[in-house]
Amino acid sequence: MNVASLGGIDCDIHPALPALRSLLPYLDDHWRDAVIQRGVHELNSIAYPDNAPITARTDFRSSGGRPGSDLDLLRAHTLDHFGSKAAICNCLYGVQLLFSEDMASAFARALNTWIAREWLDREPRLRASIIVPLQSPERAVDEIEHWARDQRFVQVLLPAMADLPYGRRTYWPIYAAAERHRLPIGIHAGSSYRHPVTAGVGWPSYYTEDYAAQAVGFQSQLTSLVCEGVFSKFPNLRVVLMESGCSWLPAHLWRLTKYWRSLRMEIPWVDRSPTEIVRSNVRLTLQPIDTPGEEELLKTIDHIGTDGLLLFSTDYPHWQFDGDEILPAELGADLIRKITVDNPLETYSRIKETLSS
Amino acid sequence: MSKHVVFPLKDLPPGNRKVVNIGGRPIVIFNINGEVFALLDRCPHQGGQLSYGQLTGLVEASEPGKYCYSRPGEILRCPWHGWEFDVRTGKSWCDPSRIRTKSYNVAIEPGSKLVEGPYIAEVFRVTVEEDYIVVEA
Repeated sequence: MNVASLGGIDCDIHPALPALRSLLPYLDDHWRDAVIQRGVHELNSIAYPDNAPITARTDFRSSGGRPGSDLDLLRAHTLDHFGSKAAICNCLYGVQLLFSEDMASAFARALNTWIAREWLDREPRLRASIIVPLQSPERAVDEIEHWARDQRFVQVLLPAMADLPYGRRTYWPIYAAAERHRLPIGIHAGSSYRHPVTAGVGWPSYYTEDYAAQAVGFQSQLTSLVCEGVFSKFPNLRVVLMESGCSWLPAHLWRLTKYWRSLRMEIPWVDRSPTEIVRSNVRLTLQPIDTPGEEELLKTIDHIGTDGLLLFSTDYPHWQFDGDEILPAELGADLIRKITVDNPLETYSRIKETLSS
Repeated sequence: MSKHVVFPLKDLPPGNRKVVNIGGRPIVIFNINGEVFALLDRCPHQGGQLSYGQLTGLVEASEPGKYCYSRPGEILRCPWHGWEFDVRTGKSWCDPSRIRTKSYNVAIEPGSKLVEGPYIAEVFRVTVEEDYIVVEA
């Protein structure tokens, strides 16, 4: 496959903040001083440890700094290399780790400003997700309202796991704002680490366990969003699961729909089967492909019942594939075009509008 | 399709149900507040006997958290997996166009009319003084 001619919309790349000090110019006076006076450390979680192989492909690493922190390298490694027309920046810096609503709000604003100035202003192919202080839904809405008029912000970013299941009404003002501004809610692998990622069984010992457990976190969030009625209340809301894998989805939907048939009177606002709701309102990014091969990937798409759900992503600089093995050629030209171009444009109306204008 | 006089109405007071066998088909008949309904006594899902199911109301919602309860007693839940069926139509709630149990026309007829025939009532004698349940099956 000639990957440079894909011309896709890369729905998940990760510009990295080089260091906390890079945010200082974008923090207000109080918080800039507080970071210095208090000696605030980097907001790094246990996700994507610097030297873990998954954190960056060896050829995406450079001697000069954190993988993903250099725009020129990002252009060469991913935008130019895969011929992407646009790419969505999902900055995973640990704003969600903070406990203080005020501090989280200040850092989210600074981080979004940093993305706008250092990335979006410098590279027209880039788009970004709005980082929100989930610690305070009210402040999260403020953050969405602040950036929504900038069409380069195309999504609201949430970690896969935070304080509460995402269907809970506490979070609904965020969904109302997102729907109002045609911003999908992008839920990305990760956690605020309030609770064990291995939900209900206690903390795991190894990173392997943490990363594998992310899929279970996604399942629980998806179930919560459906059952609590988020898609009934906000029928035009799109949720994009990012770096979630997709192999678990059919089995989970079989199970959820089975129990919905028996227990739907408990949640009568779920007036369509969960499978139907997911097909219309939920999307998933491509990488990491967690099926063992292309045959199983095609079967998974078949089980989901539509080829409209997968969105092209490189997950740059994370190490999910080698060389140019971004998409199995066996998928065929039509499906590859759907995944790389049609599905993303159908999901992100803001990208569609700005690309064609 | 023929009409079968299955039993006198007095044998099925309101709030009761009874299974009859018509031509080898088990059919459950309900008396719900004086109205009678007849369904094939077999869940289209995995064959549970619907006659052992609970009658409940229709639960809907105008939005999350706003429950609307209507049609008390007209929704039958299969005893095996709880799937809901409308006693008036036999249609399931979860997939009404594809999953349904057979529903039969059923009526309460006065004996005075039935003695004229043509009806099948092989196991008891129809008298003009009583009302009877008649199933078209």
